[in-house]
Amino acid sequence: MRRVALLPPRLRRPVSALLLSLGLALPAPAALADAPAGILTVTAPWEVSSLDPARHGYVFTRLQIAETLVDVDKAGGLVPGLAEGWQVDAAGVVWTLTLRRGVLFHDGTPMTAETVAAALRTAAAKPGPLASAPLESIAVGGPETVVIRLKEPFAPLLATLAGTAAQILAPASYGPDGTVTQVIGTGPFRLTEVKPPQSLAAERFDRYWGQPAGVGKMTYLAAGRGETRAMMAESGDADVVYTLDPASRQRLQRNPAVTVQALPLPRTVSVKLNAGDPALSDLRVRRALALAVDRGGIATGLLREPGSAAGQMFPPGTGDWPLPEGLPLRADLTQAAALLTEAGWVPGSDGLRSRDGKPLKLTLRTFPDRPELPVIATALQAQWREIGVDVAVSVGNSSDVPAGHRDGTLQMALMARSFGLVPDPLVTALQDFGPGGGDWGAMNWSSPAMEQALATLKRGTDPATATGLRQTVSRILLAELPVIPVSWYQQTVAVSKRVSGLTLDPYERSYRLSEVTWVR
Amino acid sequence: MGALINGPLPRLLLARAGQAVLVAVMVGVLTFVLVRALPGDMAYRIAAGRYGFDWVSTAAAEAVRQDLGLDQPAPLALLAWLWDLLRLDLGQSLVTGQTVAEEVGHQFGHSLLLAASAAGLSLLIGPPLGALAGLRPGGVLDRGLLLVAVLMRSVPPFTVGVVLILLLSVQARLLPAAGSGSLAHTILPMLTLALCLAAVSARVSRDAVAGVTASAFYTFGRTKGLGGGLVFWRHGLRNAGVPVLTYFGVQFVGLVEGMVVIETLFAWPGIGHALVHAVVARDVPMIQGAALAMGLFVVAMNTVIDVVCALLDPRGGPS
Repeated sequence: MRRVALLPPRLRRPVSALLLSLGLALPAPAALADAPAGILTVTAPWEVSSLDPARHGYVFTRLQIAETLVDVDKAGGLVPGLAEGWQVDAAGVVWTLTLRRGVLFHDGTPMTAETVAAALRTAAAKPGPLASAPLESIAVGGPETVVIRLKEPFAPLLATLAGTAAQILAPASYGPDGTVTQVIGTGPFRLTEVKPPQSLAAERFDRYWGQPAGVGKMTYLAAGRGETRAMMAESGDADVVYTLDPASRQRLQRNPAVTVQALPLPRTVSVKLNAGDPALSDLRVRRALALAVDRGGIATGLLREPGSAAGQMFPPGTGDWPLPEGLPLRADLTQAAALLTEAGWVPGSDGLRSRDGKPLKLTLRTFPDRPELPVIATALQAQWREIGVDVAVSVGNSSDVPAGHRDGTLQMALMARSFGLVPDPLVTALQDFGPGGGDWGAMNWSSPAMEQALATLKRGTDPATATGLRQTVSRILLAELPVIPVSWYQQTVAVSKRVSGLTLDPYERSYRLSEVTWVR
Repeated sequence: MGALINGPLPRLLLARAGQAVLVAVMVGVLTFVLVRALPGDMAYRIAAGRYGFDWVSTAAAEAVRQDLGLDQPAPLALLAWLWDLLRLDLGQSLVTGQTVAEEVGHQFGHSLLLAASAAGLSLLIGPPLGALAGLRPGGVLDRGLLLVAVLMRSVPPFTVGVVLILLLSVQARLLPAAGSGSLAHTILPMLTLALCLAAVSARVSRDAVAGVTASAFYTFGRTKGLGGGLVFWRHGLRNAGVPVLTYFGVQFVGLVEGMVVIETLFAWPGIGHALVHAVVARDVPMIQGAALAMGLFVVAMNTVIDVVCALLDPRGGPS
């Protein structure tokens, strides 16, 4: 293994000597780091702060402890999960789901139509994607069928059933008031210990209905700092480490003991604009702002991933949503400046623009939950300054964005919007660009053509028409710019060579750890 | 000891108990008022904490508002909390739904374990080295120690932690880099904190010892014929001990409350981390519970240090 040259050789001995002189009796070198035999150790930034599927339940889906009726295959397509199959009536409002037989919960009780219907009803009563579907009722249709009735056709229903909030948990998981007190799922791993917010442990569930897990035991540790995760991969403490910062990723790629994998995620760093703002209501201003963004520079310089520059909202990997064309990846300052002048915003002696004595001043809100967001915000601030737009950056809480949308005070927000919260980008698009816009999408902007396209997609249509409509949605977003795309995300993972068989899920729904085996 | 029990001790303990009650009420009321006074809509903040930034929306915030009855007038909510406190019920976290007592117990326990072991280790490193240096002010050890102490203090604990992980975990592969749950996991964060603490306590001990050895009574001890070791044991240690111990108390309290950075670096479940998250998410019961635990801990530590100092120096403080 390659050693990190932390200290020059002539200093190493004095430093060790110093540590020893401080009275530290260190244990003799042992195989401590060579993984406690048979326990797969996984590290990611996501804390286990709640057992409730509607809250941080994605951790339990990712670790394959809890499962959903519908699953996603490696190409991102919907496939049977705990439901073996499904049918929808001609009107598109009655969905009949046939449940898989012989599925046991981790407490040994069988999964029945009653338990599934109850779990779905609980999920539908909490905020989340299932609640956004026009549900009328969820009922038991027979010993092995569950019937979901809708008020109107809703094509992405199966995708919402694949969302982590729609996990099927055993009745014993719920307390008397419907809160989740323990996670008793059906997955290949059974939860043995949870220590919120940092860690959990699980073991292979031997009576799993599908292919049993390749490793017997697993532990998960939430480590918030990128440095910590990288050092855990480097020291061999963790076998699988998710989400690497750019610098660590480059270092780990040179480490012969681990392999680094990456896959584009359907998550887009974008700027939400208040199209009702006096300045931003002018498409020329929105276009000028979009053209002044140096996407390539942000991708290469800040994210160190040249492929992450986003010329449009929908990233690669989201099927037929992305267009072949997009915004330029390099800033076009000349055209941006010309557009602003055309819109009546002329530069003053300090280079900053104003119209009728009113300066072009805007506030960009963002939040630190994704550490790169504040950094990208200041880069945008500098780039927009070049065309004479005075932008103040305000870093606050993520909820300031929906709150500002609601009370109308928001001008611009830099966010990291996921189109993969359920495995169909339509669900996010409906929330963000439908009539009236959305908390994390358009604001004071509407487009009849967009509404019509989304409405048809929501009702469901033949595949060829659907492809055309998805492209229409992307084209309208590009032309009218209610949101400005900046960059895309990549899922990155460092995997120890002690294990093999790990693959990445395009929707980051599952870590697919059950397919991992030890290298003999 | 007997003199202490018949003298100032009961009065001291009684005063401290009263202080504890006062701290509990003050912390509760203050955190309540401060959280309410913070800008931003609580329901949105709690929703962001509960559902994460991908799911926080106006709908989620409204669900939170209904669920928690956030519309009820603030004085009523405060009275409800005080009533619960009287019944020793700290309530439930607004974000996770777990009981505050359980969460604070788990996280405060881990912080306390780490802080106590780090402080203990720092006592083995700092004061002995400092005392040796103080016995020969200006000597090689004294000057060397000053250099090391200044170096250690000027490097942030986060960096010390990263260096230790790189040395002992990534390079030497002796210890796990992060996590908790075993003795091996405790060593690196403990060592990081202990080294940073020892850097200062070594200086304090050195000055205390140098002060005592320069005093008239110490010189008298030497002149009356006691050997170097004996005079230090009889007249030096106890006198130098009072400031060192007092300082140790301050350090220890500061440690429990201030090691957020170390907790985050080592993915250690601690109260600092919990409190920061609770403040961001406006999780009022968790803030109150965590602040209460810390407040009472300060009172308890002060009491312990006072008692030990009184045992060391029974002459009584300035009246």
